[in-house]
Amino acid sequence: MAQGVWVVAEERDGEIRKITYEVVSEGRRLADALGQDLTAVLLGSSMKEKAADLGQYGADKVLVADDPRLDPYTTDAYVTVISQLVKANEPAVLLMGASVQGKDLSGRLCARLDVGMAQDCTVFEIQDGNLVATRPIYAGKAYAKVTFENSWPQLATARPNVMPVNEPDSSKSAEVIDADFTLDDAELKTKVVDIIRDAAGKIDLTEAERIVSGGRGMKGPENYEILEKLADLLGGTVGASRAAVDAGWRPQTDQVGQTGKVVSPNLYIACGISGAIQHLAGMGTSKVIVAINKDPDAPIFQKADYGVVGDLFDVVPALTEEITKYL
Amino acid sequence: MNIIVCLKQVPDTETQIKIAPDGQSIVQDDIKWVMNPYDEFGVEEALRLKEKFGGEVTVVGLGPKRATESIRTALAMGADKGILICDDALEGSDSLATAKALAAVIKDLEYDVIFTGQRGVDEDMGIVGASLAEFLGIPQLSLILKVEMAEDGQSVKVQRPVEGQTLVLESNLPVLITAQKGLNEPRYASLPGIMKAKKKPLDEKTLADLGIDPSEVGQNARKLKTLELSSPPERGAGKIVEGETSQEKAAALAKLLHEEAKVI
Repeated sequence: MAQGVWVVAEERDGEIRKITYEVVSEGRRLADALGQDLTAVLLGSSMKEKAADLGQYGADKVLVADDPRLDPYTTDAYVTVISQLVKANEPAVLLMGASVQGKDLSGRLCARLDVGMAQDCTVFEIQDGNLVATRPIYAGKAYAKVTFENSWPQLATARPNVMPVNEPDSSKSAEVIDADFTLDDAELKTKVVDIIRDAAGKIDLTEAERIVSGGRGMKGPENYEILEKLADLLGGTVGASRAAVDAGWRPQTDQVGQTGKVVSPNLYIACGISGAIQHLAGMGTSKVIVAINKDPDAPIFQKADYGVVGDLFDVVPALTEEITKYL
Repeated sequence: MNIIVCLKQVPDTETQIKIAPDGQSIVQDDIKWVMNPYDEFGVEEALRLKEKFGGEVTVVGLGPKRATESIRTALAMGADKGILICDDALEGSDSLATAKALAAVIKDLEYDVIFTGQRGVDEDMGIVGASLAEFLGIPQLSLILKVEMAEDGQSVKVQRPVEGQTLVLESNLPVLITAQKGLNEPRYASLPGIMKAKKKPLDEKTLADLGIDPSEVGQNARKLKTLELSSPPERGAGKIVEGETSQEKAAALAKLLHEEAKVI
């Protein structure tokens, strides 16, 4: 009988990523609901010393797979190792973050293990001993509540920035266990040949706590500077609507919406964005939404917690100035 | 270079989604069905590779009869032939069953590269591409923004943006690539293209043709069960921040964000 909750930790450049703390924290809640242990699986090269700390967030055990071929992440190496560990230990639940890595990994892993997979979930609960997940579909225009049928482990990914992180308890430490696995070079078919780093300090939209987004109302790429300024002040990042990206004002990686990124920051400030349905779909799970738009009838105001009807070129700099008073 | 592109039809992204009374599906009336936007990037990239390296582009779709339209669109853009996997028993299949059915057709075709969209903008799962690669035993390169084929057509270098950086990945062929938005700007079908597309071969395959037992696919074979669909939690319109000037409005907003919303 499958037993235990597992989460896959995510590391980059030797550091544990924030999404890991989110899934460990969520995994703890699920493990408690099931009355079972929580195990984090940490793959990488020389990551062992970081492992015990995952206990502070709720992991009972950390299974460490240490191999230079596990850093940086590649699909083949991770799928090979994780599928072996899962088959040997038979966990009931297997969670990971719906980061780019998690999406790449989970898609292949579910086929290797021949199990159902729930992508990009926003709520997990245990009902009758089974994992029930809620996931936005049609980019959030509808929600699906799903569960698993004759499928172990119950595999799901958690949307970044949604699950609360437990307050770390420094008195706790996880039991660190060396994982037993084999990895054959012949299985490693793709390789990372280069890593191009974004401008220093640029926070990815999916991980940002605060986003200042600009749309058609920005009138041109040169005007995003006022949004950059506000975003910098807030420790956030700048996003864009499809209209702004299609006009070539902002890079594709900045697009929020159904054919862009789906984001869940604490604060989303939409500037000069009318609120096309495909944009609303991409930011509807933000905790607080602010809309700044000249047009009082813009649909974005129907979704905003706070709306300012006005010229963004006046309001945004004024807001930047006013917010300074509270920081 | 022979290239396969997988595609599906999805509701146009401007569609309002309504939940059907059964709570298990969406209301299908008045939906404008279009080629999944991410699949369109796959079609375009395949055509560009064909233009450079020669060979054939085959489009493989799975879905009801209406998906034929999207395959014809791809043929009008310049693809050479189409295959539609169409069988009532496939209705309600989950991603794994879909990938199995696609694999059953594709395993008998000659290919160097397979493109799929990085996800369908309907169920937003993003699993079919990777699972298909697994079933075919070939590597996958997912969420790809740039494809650079080696001059000798034996290997490919691609770019995958991840949070805060871009990975440059390399693989030998054959390989499956899932397309991210920004990979290219898909062309429109030309009028001559549309005329020619009518004469291009488009085969239909049933499960029996593929040797798949209907019990392996469809609603009853789902490993992920939908308990219910619901509308997103209502997010009623909030406050309009009042003020005589922009400065006053900004001051009132900053105060609300600090004191009421507590986000700054």
